[in-house]
Amino acid sequence: MKAIVCVKQVPDTSGVVAVKEDGTMDRSKMATITNHDDLAAVEAALELKDDTGCEVIVVSMGPPPAEGMLRELLAMGADKAVLVSAREFGGSDTYATSQILAAAVNKIGVDDDDVVFCGRQAIDGDTAQVGPQIAEKLNLPQITYAADIKKDGNKITVKRLLEDGHMMLTVETPCLITCVQELNKPRYMTLDGITSCYSKPYEVFDFETLKNEPLIDPDTIGLQGSPTNVYKSFSPPPKGGGIMLEGNDQKTCDQLANMLNEKHII
Amino acid sequence: MFELTKEQEMLVKMVRDYATNELEPRAEAVDKEGFIPQETYEEMGKIGLLGLNAPKEYGGAGMDDICKVLAIIEVARVCGATAEMFAVQLLVNYIIATNGNEEQKKKYLGMAKDGKIGAFALTEPEAGSDAGSLQMTAEKDGDDYILNGSKVFISNMGPNEGEWAIVFALTDKAKGSHGGVTAFIVDRGTPGFTLGKLEDKMGIRGAAVSELIFEDCRVPSSQVLGGEGKGMHVAFSGLDSGRVGIAAQSIGYAQGALDLSIEYSKQRMQFKKPISANQGLQWYMAEMATRVDAAKLLALRAASIMSKGQSATKEASMAKFFSSEIANWVAAKAVQIHGGYGFMRDYAVERIYRDVRITTIYEGSSEVQKIVISRDLLK
Repeated sequence: MKAIVCVKQVPDTSGVVAVKEDGTMDRSKMATITNHDDLAAVEAALELKDDTGCEVIVVSMGPPPAEGMLRELLAMGADKAVLVSAREFGGSDTYATSQILAAAVNKIGVDDDDVVFCGRQAIDGDTAQVGPQIAEKLNLPQITYAADIKKDGNKITVKRLLEDGHMMLTVETPCLITCVQELNKPRYMTLDGITSCYSKPYEVFDFETLKNEPLIDPDTIGLQGSPTNVYKSFSPPPKGGGIMLEGNDQKTCDQLANMLNEKHII
Repeated sequence: MFELTKEQEMLVKMVRDYATNELEPRAEAVDKEGFIPQETYEEMGKIGLLGLNAPKEYGGAGMDDICKVLAIIEVARVCGATAEMFAVQLLVNYIIATNGNEEQKKKYLGMAKDGKIGAFALTEPEAGSDAGSLQMTAEKDGDDYILNGSKVFISNMGPNEGEWAIVFALTDKAKGSHGGVTAFIVDRGTPGFTLGKLEDKMGIRGAAVSELIFEDCRVPSSQVLGGEGKGMHVAFSGLDSGRVGIAAQSIGYAQGALDLSIEYSKQRMQFKKPISANQGLQWYMAEMATRVDAAKLLALRAASIMSKGQSATKEASMAKFFSSEIANWVAAKAVQIHGGYGFMRDYAVERIYRDVRITTIYEGSSEVQKIVISRDLLK
């Protein structure tokens, strides 16, 4: 049994946003973190490993420095890491990315009792499309927004976190689950993990490795092959400071009503 | 000069994350309530911090003194008492790993991952810097020893803290510190071994520091560490490593005080501008940062020599002396930058100011470090 986790290294949005001439983000100039929802997916996989002893494989598509993130995930307890990285893959949108990641997951191999985990969405693009698209391309049943996961044999029961409540679903393996940050608290790397993470299995899937995979269509990968064209990326101007009114008296209420009236809100 | 390896960088990141997320929010309560919560021991055991320098084959991470310095700094940056407990634990790990037999290493180094800590009990009321003038005795009785006497100011021993202690006692009064002292590992709960006063301290108030009392405490000879009469050798084997540990602790305190000062000075508005716009305070902070960096370089130099298995007695003493002195200076400046708020218990710099005070005193006072350094210069 395996748990395959797709993970993305994302810009630390609390820092500066750098933009390239073509309108896409210049990730090399920005500090990076592991996407929060993806860390929850890694933790979910590691919990499954705690319970069942399954193998945990982490997969990321990104530039070579993403190795640092993958080594950290190995230090948390993952058994093996795969970096999907090639110039041909650069600038891919969700359609192209999910195609490449699905091909990579397919190459690793999804057996009957395997689970593929993804984060719900990445904080840079916020699309929440890649996980579901991978599931579709691999023909796997999918459950999104997982806030609780229980496995019993080949049945997995998931509590989906929705805006106005939750939904319980049961699915059979193999399947794909996208996780939300609220699912768990990711564990820390261990010192033992840190001293062993550079000797754990680590592979790079480049274009050569994946080009003959049936899911790969060279015309629909990379920046050129992506249906989405980024027009412009920018940091939104900071919002002005709000106005604070304090007090629970008539005068303060009148003041508030006047202000709302002036803005034609009431 | 000191470029960190990828593993060392990862270690720093991990300990910083853990310390910031878990230890920092607890630091105020640790100080006010006077103890470190059980979960801290369990977590630090589980992620491997308490066994950082224990060899891998005994359940540790097998990391060297450079890693030890880096990790202690990160813990000390946010919680003084936890850093003290941690530094002492790494010292006793080192002493057991260096002097213990197979069985002792297996048992005592193996406990760290379960969050169970050990203590180093040398100091007595009349034997501080003059460690050779011990009065506690261990009398041979068949295959056992009978321990009598008391120890004071023993870190990592409290009402609920400390599973075992390395205890030094006279087995031959005539020989005294020249072959008459023996080290024993004594388990908590051994009949005749009780805890006396839990010390009420100025700083590191959450660190368990107690008096240990031994009354006809029978200990089997299998608990002798490093051989009979080798006690002073055992005690001195950990000196350099211990001093580098306290240097790291001091640097962490200073770094924490500096970080808080930078943050506060940017926020605190006086005369319609942040106080960080005043050159007087800018110069304070420039000097604080320079001293912290210099201390860190000294500590890393000593650690790097020790990591190669070489002796670094002078370098460790220089690191400990300098780091602890500048840390007190930096903490005082941090309180000054915080003004009246820095005097209030609601602000973390007030705690750091108290926590840092011990660093020029224990593990060899600044005066003792200067003796060690000058002895090397004038030999």
